[in-house]
Amino acid sequence: MTGTEFPHRNTTGSASPAVAESRCPSPNCPPPDIAARAVRLAMERGATDAECTVSEGDEFTAHVRMRSLETLKEAGSRAAGLRVLVGKRSGSSYTSDLSEEGLRNLVASALEIAAISTEDPSAGMPDAAELGALAGDLALYSDDVARLETAWKIRQAMDGEEAALATDARIVNSEGASFDSYTGSRAFANSLGFLGAYRTSNCSLSVTPVARENGKQERDNWYTVARTPAALEPAVEVGRRAAERALLRLGARKVATTRVPVVFDPETARTLLGHVFEAVSGDSVWRHASFLADKLGERIAPEHVTIVDDGTIPGLFGTSPFDDEGVPSRRTVVVERGVLKRWLLNSYAARKLGLKTTGNAARGLTGNAGVGRGNFFLEAGEAAPADLLRAIRQGLYVTELIGQGVNIVNGDYSRGAAGLWIENGEFAYPVSEITIASNLAWMLSGISAVANDLRFRGPTASPTLVIEEMTVSGQ
Amino acid sequence: MPLPDSFFGSKFAITTGDLEGWLAEALASGGDYADLYFEYLATSSIGMDESIVKSAVQGVSLGVGVRVISGEKTGYAYSDNLSPESIRKACRVAAMIAASPSKVDKTSLDEGPKRNLYPVLTAPTETSLAARAGLVKRADTAARACDPRIFQVQASWMDSMRHVLIATSDGSITTDRQPMARINVRVLARENGGPPQSGFSGGGGRIGLDKFTAAKSPEAFAREAARQALVQLEAVEAPAGEMTVVLGPGWPGILLHEAVGHGLEADFNRKGVSAFSGRVGQKVASDLCTVMDDGAMEHRRGSLNMDDEGTPTRRNLLIEKGVLRGYLADKLSSRLLGQASTGNGRRENYQNIPMPRMTNTFMLAGESDPADIVRSVPRGLYCANFGGGQVDITSGNFVFAASESYLIEDGRITRPVRGATLIGNGPEALKYVSMVGHDLKLDEGVGTCGKEGQSVPVSVGIPTIRIDRMTVGGTAGAIR
Repeated sequence: MTGTEFPHRNTTGSASPAVAESRCPSPNCPPPDIAARAVRLAMERGATDAECTVSEGDEFTAHVRMRSLETLKEAGSRAAGLRVLVGKRSGSSYTSDLSEEGLRNLVASALEIAAISTEDPSAGMPDAAELGALAGDLALYSDDVARLETAWKIRQAMDGEEAALATDARIVNSEGASFDSYTGSRAFANSLGFLGAYRTSNCSLSVTPVARENGKQERDNWYTVARTPAALEPAVEVGRRAAERALLRLGARKVATTRVPVVFDPETARTLLGHVFEAVSGDSVWRHASFLADKLGERIAPEHVTIVDDGTIPGLFGTSPFDDEGVPSRRTVVVERGVLKRWLLNSYAARKLGLKTTGNAARGLTGNAGVGRGNFFLEAGEAAPADLLRAIRQGLYVTELIGQGVNIVNGDYSRGAAGLWIENGEFAYPVSEITIASNLAWMLSGISAVANDLRFRGPTASPTLVIEEMTVSGQ
Repeated sequence: MPLPDSFFGSKFAITTGDLEGWLAEALASGGDYADLYFEYLATSSIGMDESIVKSAVQGVSLGVGVRVISGEKTGYAYSDNLSPESIRKACRVAAMIAASPSKVDKTSLDEGPKRNLYPVLTAPTETSLAARAGLVKRADTAARACDPRIFQVQASWMDSMRHVLIATSDGSITTDRQPMARINVRVLARENGGPPQSGFSGGGGRIGLDKFTAAKSPEAFAREAARQALVQLEAVEAPAGEMTVVLGPGWPGILLHEAVGHGLEADFNRKGVSAFSGRVGQKVASDLCTVMDDGAMEHRRGSLNMDDEGTPTRRNLLIEKGVLRGYLADKLSSRLLGQASTGNGRRENYQNIPMPRMTNTFMLAGESDPADIVRSVPRGLYCANFGGGQVDITSGNFVFAASESYLIEDGRITRPVRGATLIGNGPEALKYVSMVGHDLKLDEGVGTCGKEGQSVPVSVGIPTIRIDRMTVGGTAGAIR
């Protein structure tokens, strides 16, 4: 954990009608034209199918630390990625040279490398009938982000950090505060006639203060992220919340090894949802690399657990008009009242499993599409988080998880944790340098309560949830 | 003056005069220092799955990053277009961080020192794609031949060639040609329709294709991945709680990377936010521990002739017989700390600002026989392989995830156990190192380190060591 990352470039954006003109006289022409041009060139040179993504974006970062501006970064870039099929062979290439010569090299490069691939009976494109884009404004782009003034952005970071430093005398230091903004667009064309493009924007403020007491120091972080500046939480509140989180960790103890109920706050609960996403994504399923691979149609969690992927909700971070194969985004109920109902699929995984794509294709710029999420979340329950805590005699409330000790193939779960110890329904003291361990299959079936505090702060979201028993390892 | 032996001189007609002019533009609003980082990166990857070459990708990215430093402030801009107008625009944007009259006279540039730690006559990127695909096919065949219980194999190859040119306002031009290659093998094994288990192996470095036909053969990596998956078929639940842990040699050196390495990066220490801040000269490990970071080792994944700010890399002493000796610094933090750069200024690519990073980090060999180390432990855990790790540098708490480990019972390695995370506190954990083996080994060349969103290749290494007390995060309860 040597830094904080935000959902920047891999989020998706608003639909806008695309131009079908496919001449591309200069590298400054619009991304949809470039994508269509590359596809046409590939078909002329011998591809039997082709698909091209063109992405462009402008990024900005202002970082302040201890009340001074420390870093300003500003730049824009664009690039194209092409995938060709020659029969059942495929090859991919990418470039940042979007001139006519650059596109010719892009095509030649994809065709060259396709020649070393071998025939894959399942290789292909989505069915033409499946292609399309959601209509209407998905609220993924706001000009307000592009119009933000540098001085205002620096001020947001300054105010956020100042609020953190002013919260308490024990906030003695800071890793600083950052204001980031991004505006960009993504265009996609394929040889089945799909051509689409959309723009996205986002902005975020993050504050990371350091608290110290009795020679021990702890840091924590809070952030706000939105498609438009107006939807950001106030900087002062972000700073204060970051400071409160760092202060809560002071005086943390290691507890004795035991088995207790574990409460995941929304930030840590959404990492669990991330593991569920990986386990239900078609690529893991067809190769049996998921602990859920044999469980379709079976109960994997209690009645009060419903997990949904929905790429259509306006303004959210996992929303897009179409996926990275040109298939419209949609809502898919993955787990319905505890029963595993659907996998999330791109067209390839769908062919491997004899199913239909769910519009979940994802790729960076090039290559075969993988499976990505829309907005992947656990539906909220009815109880307030405090009510769930009150029912716990002794347990752990987790606010941070570190490390990669999660095995999707067999479900084994073991991660470093920090948080608060619960005694008789109340927070007793902070804990750290412990691990929590179980198996994802047991954890899903052991979700004993789900709170009502679902908020979307990224493409994956969860309310507070309780897992009835895990091994906490400490002294 | 033209740039004779330079990739950027010949391919993009960039001259010394151009570089001097752009640096002057970057410093036109004041500022103490500026640099230009030109990068041309060609990559290819080949992936085999179900014995089919399903994935084949190649491409090129290029650009220039412009940095201006004024006091503690940094301005940064980049361009993915090497036209003079685009470069000048990036210089002007980066210059906005400084707001005073220019104070640097025209920079006059000279070529920096040259050396070659990775003389690769023919880079993998320059060999035929078919030859590279051949290595992947060999790995696939070998993994499947290991055992009928192996039912899925994914083998992949990745290579890259990075050309860089770094011009700095302190007067140097350095250029480098940085090859990199690696092969990965991932397998799944299953027995009698039971749950699948996975195994992973891989390796590489700044080496040519010929190295993969001998010591780092595709077959060797395939067999290792298969062996790990088959071991996992027998694994029982891992123990939980504090216990004695023995780390095997090689990749388990990730302990050092997480427990001390990140905490010793000078940016964290100049800001006082690391658990190691202000501790130079203090005891942070047992007498048996001497830890180095060395970016100047031949052909290693973490090696560089010069770092990404043009400073030659070198061997840096971090911990000497348990005493903290120094931090890893880039130019900015070394200037603010009043020391020299240690050659650890690194960045992911031209779009990113350099910062202090590790290169190849390892512990020097001790005197114990590895077999004696295991024999000395009545009850404990032996860890042979790990996945990744992570650290909170402020509290010092770190984790690393054991992917292949075994119980030690009465001084003997016995049953394999399932994956488990190990957790400790950086300035404390190495104080419990009570034995160090004579078998120092570096990893095979698979490490990638992430920090503030930037990934860079690294290596780690360690001899067999005994740690008397460490918390193991299994599910099976306390070890008895």
